[in-house]
Amino acid sequence: MQLCRRCVSLLLSRPLLSAALQPSTHTLHQRSHHILLQPPVHSLTQRHSRETWTPCGRRNLSDHQAASPDVYNNKTDLAEREAEKHIVPFENLNVHQISNQESLSDMGLDAVVRPSPLQEISEEEAVQIQVPSALPPDSFTLKPYVDQSETLSKLVQLGVNLWELEQRPNVGSMLVRLDFHADVAPKLLFLKDLGVEESKLGTILTKNPFILTESLDNLEARVSYLKTKKFSQESVAVMVSKAPYLLNFSVERLDNRLGFFQKQLGLSAEKTRNVVTRLPKLLCRSLEPIKENLKVCELEFGFRGNEIQHIVTTVPKVLIANKRKLTQIFDFVHNTMDVPHSLIAKFPQVLNAKFLRIKERHLFLEYLGRAQYQPSQPNYISLDRLVFLPDDVFCSDVALATLEDFERFQKTL
Amino acid sequence: MTTKAARLFRRMDGLFAVYKPQGVHWKLIRDTIESNLLKELNSCPPPAPQLAVKFQLLSSGENNGSKDLILSPSMLPSLANHPLVTGPQFHKVHVGVGHRLDAFSSGVLVLGVGKGNYVLEHLCKSHVTRDYTLEGEFGRATDDFSDTTRVIEKTTYDHVTQDKLERVLAMIQGANQKALITYSQMDLRTQEAYELAVKGLLYPHGKSPPILTGLRCIHFNPPHFTLEVQCVNETQKYLRKLIHEVGLELRSSAVCSGVRRTRDGPFKAENALTRQHWTADCIIQAIAHFRKTTRKIRKSGMYRQTDGQLNSSAKIQEQIRSEIGQSDQEHVELTSPTSDRIVDRVAPGTG
Repeated sequence: MQLCRRCVSLLLSRPLLSAALQPSTHTLHQRSHHILLQPPVHSLTQRHSRETWTPCGRRNLSDHQAASPDVYNNKTDLAEREAEKHIVPFENLNVHQISNQESLSDMGLDAVVRPSPLQEISEEEAVQIQVPSALPPDSFTLKPYVDQSETLSKLVQLGVNLWELEQRPNVGSMLVRLDFHADVAPKLLFLKDLGVEESKLGTILTKNPFILTESLDNLEARVSYLKTKKFSQESVAVMVSKAPYLLNFSVERLDNRLGFFQKQLGLSAEKTRNVVTRLPKLLCRSLEPIKENLKVCELEFGFRGNEIQHIVTTVPKVLIANKRKLTQIFDFVHNTMDVPHSLIAKFPQVLNAKFLRIKERHLFLEYLGRAQYQPSQPNYISLDRLVFLPDDVFCSDVALATLEDFERFQKTL
Repeated sequence: MTTKAARLFRRMDGLFAVYKPQGVHWKLIRDTIESNLLKELNSCPPPAPQLAVKFQLLSSGENNGSKDLILSPSMLPSLANHPLVTGPQFHKVHVGVGHRLDAFSSGVLVLGVGKGNYVLEHLCKSHVTRDYTLEGEFGRATDDFSDTTRVIEKTTYDHVTQDKLERVLAMIQGANQKALITYSQMDLRTQEAYELAVKGLLYPHGKSPPILTGLRCIHFNPPHFTLEVQCVNETQKYLRKLIHEVGLELRSSAVCSGVRRTRDGPFKAENALTRQHWTADCIIQAIAHFRKTTRKIRKSGMYRQTDGQLNSSAKIQEQIRSEIGQSDQEHVELTSPTSDRIVDRVAPGTG
């Protein structure tokens, strides 16, 4: 395998690294070109200023400006990150101050001075030898990096499911590059100030790790926008916990969505706020399926405007339910069970229930002769009792039969 | 030292039956059962975190200045094996399905977990029959033979009586018996073959079309009627087509409004699990319940013999049958009683 001159010079400039990097030289081959395309000093220090690796200690090279987050846009992955990590411990020993690679390559291969492994050194020096951690330059999982990275270990302690996140493309690399004190901690404090419970922080970050890359100004702008729309502090916190992607959307988009709901549903501001607080996913998703669902309710089912309003305020999930399943349930309830529109509008929870449940319970009641859904008749069974009660309560109170009978009946369907 | 999860996983090996509701695809049921089993397995407490030796640079504490650094080792818990980093302990449980049921039908569906999947293969290859209840309705004919699709024909059915229906069913059964004899590839002129046929121990060898070994009408209330069928090598569409053909033979038309499997080999509907019981403990209980049946299937599969051992097999089947006894008399009249039992075949030598 022939290394090109660039890689040789790279290796030479980091003599003690060569042993550690030997197996991974090949993989670094292509990627190292990317590093060398930029001025080498920048690429090294870019990362140095962000390094906080235990046990190597903090590296604050404040004389070099930290590069902009262009580092994310490079097609670099964990590989270069790890290459730079290896450099850190050697700086401790002050063997070579690597400022200019060209000067070294002029000297030639023989000019490099290496200490022999059999050379005697004092106790103090022995104690100060930092063994480079054998971190792989790239890996499929975050497992090798968790113990070494402050960000990752703090995230695990918070309860973030790193395994789930590393399945998503590029999220793992992004998390490894984050600096805890610069990026992660301000956002977590911001969320805590907002009122989000600490136990929920883990789930929020698992669902939406990109909240850590959103700039703090944007997040604050969006929260202040919601507050101008008269959402209270607690409701904003609840909305963020339920829909973690909420604060990643721009103010215009949130405005657009809120306006749409208020106009389309014809609800007052207070009721719209209520609906959105209970189901903040409405603000995150696209509007087309919601428009379709509303059309289906109006045209296919034949609900009137005020009935739709009542349904949406009681069960907002109808707006984002699957159209086919909704139609199946409505068809069964209206045509087979003969329940009129007004009664369905009065108990919209039935549209949110599982179809099989409604079907089996209705057929059981019909078999027993107790299927009475008209409020005016005796032995009336309301739709929400039909759907909401657990099986044993349903059997004993509504059907007046035993659970075994119900199961035996289920096996005859 | 095994963990609780490993012990639980080892108990998930075997066959059990589930009652499939109508309108649900069988794959959805298989996926639901697999995810329920995985949920239970992954909810077991994870192993204790591994400790790793870490060297930490600490100052010695005396007034010697910062040059006196001591590397002190300590065992700290390593986060690398934390469940949030490694993911769930179990990713997959092998759950296999026996004879499948299409979405329109309901009934007993045999599933195998873990090592039971090998036994499932034996079950599928063995000549067990399946028991169906078909509900039909006179007066309409549809393109898919079921009552939910597009109607293509409407006829009267006042002339249909139970007597005529019975005659038609007898005719169909006669044709099926002839097919059974043909596909059993046995020459009925020999004495042994005749004896087997008399006892109802004939079964089709190799590939065969669907054959009904038993057919009768259990309920007749025009326009609705119900048939009970025992068959081999069938598909549910074939059974719906059967209803359609019954209608045609009666100079009317019929659609099938329900196909319900009440028995699949030795697995009956009484012991099948309903939807509320698709949890890990109920499944393990059901596996334990069917352990004997599973063992019999495995043994019969291992000793499955080629076609030339009919003499021994006949004698052994007779022995087994007399031991087990005839317990389900209700559908014995028209059917071969052996096929719902798994026959234990002893090694050849008794020829």
